[in-house]
Amino acid sequence: MEEISQSMGLAMGLVRQLDQTLLAIAGLSLKVSGVAVLAASLLALPLGAWLALARFPGRQVVIAVLNGMMGLPPVVVGLLIYLLLSRAGPLGSLGILFTPAAMMIAQAVLILPIIAALSRQVIDDAWSEYREQLLSLNATRWQCMRALLWDLRFTLLTAVLAGFGRAIAEVGAVMIVGGNIDGVTRVMTTAIALETSKGDLPLALALGVVLIALVIAINTAAQLMKSYSMRRHG
Amino acid sequence: MADPAGAGAPAILPLAGSDLSWRAGDVEILREVSLRIEPGTRNIVIGPNGAGKSVLLRMLHGLLAPSGGQLAWATADPLRIRRGQAMVFQRPVMLRRTARENIEFALRVGGMREGVRAAARAALARVGLASLEDRPARLCSGGEQQRIALARAWALRPEILFLDEPTASLDPAATRAIEEIIAAMHAAGTTIVMTTHDLGQARRIADRVLFLHRGRLVEDTPAREFFQQPRSPEATAFIKGELLW
Repeated sequence: MEEISQSMGLAMGLVRQLDQTLLAIAGLSLKVSGVAVLAASLLALPLGAWLALARFPGRQVVIAVLNGMMGLPPVVVGLLIYLLLSRAGPLGSLGILFTPAAMMIAQAVLILPIIAALSRQVIDDAWSEYREQLLSLNATRWQCMRALLWDLRFTLLTAVLAGFGRAIAEVGAVMIVGGNIDGVTRVMTTAIALETSKGDLPLALALGVVLIALVIAINTAAQLMKSYSMRRHG
Repeated sequence: MADPAGAGAPAILPLAGSDLSWRAGDVEILREVSLRIEPGTRNIVIGPNGAGKSVLLRMLHGLLAPSGGQLAWATADPLRIRRGQAMVFQRPVMLRRTARENIEFALRVGGMREGVRAAARAALARVGLASLEDRPARLCSGGEQQRIALARAWALRPEILFLDEPTASLDPAATRAIEEIIAAMHAAGTTIVMTTHDLGQARRIADRVLFLHRGRLVEDTPAREFFQQPRSPEATAFIKGELLW
């Protein structure tokens, strides 16, 4: 109990002092996960929309596989990306292993199925309401997808936030492909893991408190924006 | 006559359906319905719940493929056929954007590139909703949303308009407004095919009544004759209110 209160105090102290190391680590965390979410969303949202509207043999199997991939183990994803990006791997020539770019790729791969599966479900539900009207207007598949993605943008924000939450809280994949290099690839979660292994539990916990506060702040802001927009646009 | 494809384009009407059937699993919802929709007419499809009215309308509009029978338009041009018709549903589906943008969306999807905004504004003005152009459509009342849906359909300048019980959930004032718009569209040359379970509304609008019962077209009669001297015992009972609605 004493350790927890000590950690809280330490966390407050770090935030109050605007500790430069903390800011750098938190900043890198946000940057890596932000880019990963953006990249994954650009692929996952259209994929989810396409899967919601498409009808083909084996569609249910594809949906089941996609849903299952929401639980991809981060260390396995990290290992696969590591093998792809290592010198001997097919993408070794890019030379991005142990850089933030590799961490972004790993996180994007990890959360792409989450955003795609959740958006597929949301769009599938809405499609039953919109289908006849859009088909009556002679909208093409592509026009239907775009209309649905735009109309459901506030609801889909929840799927994107779920992906962001998973990305920023993830440690296994970024540890493997990033290497937790101080000042280069150290993010909140890898820093917490390092401090824990060093036995500095109060600092580890303090970093954890800052991480949780960041995630809550971002989710709250997004939620407020969503409810305001829903009220405004119906 | 409404002419969505411009002067000289072939008309899509008349529309002829022969032996149209539709099955849902083992249940036959429509059974060998044959009909002909002539240009410039107001056709009201009536019948008790479950008679197959909505299925027939969706089939004529192309949203459902018949399980049996054939539909034949006056032209074989599929694009012309698709763009020559519009449909308004019982519950209007509004996109999460303003009233004007809802109509602009339909016009762009319909291939319009120039003058979209002006056309959307004109469409809203025709249904008396010019003042609502910037209001989010989903925040409008049910009656207003249905008028926007009609404005959207009208903006497409369809040769034929299908309406599936467009006033079923509206109050008398909103119903009257909708009927006036339908009358105006008809006066502008649009052929009307509409389902309703409101006999009063059928009397006010119809030139011709198609009476469906248990998936069969029991009567296809000029409206005056249908209400004064129905030919079938089912229609007679329905008009007297003896059948379940």
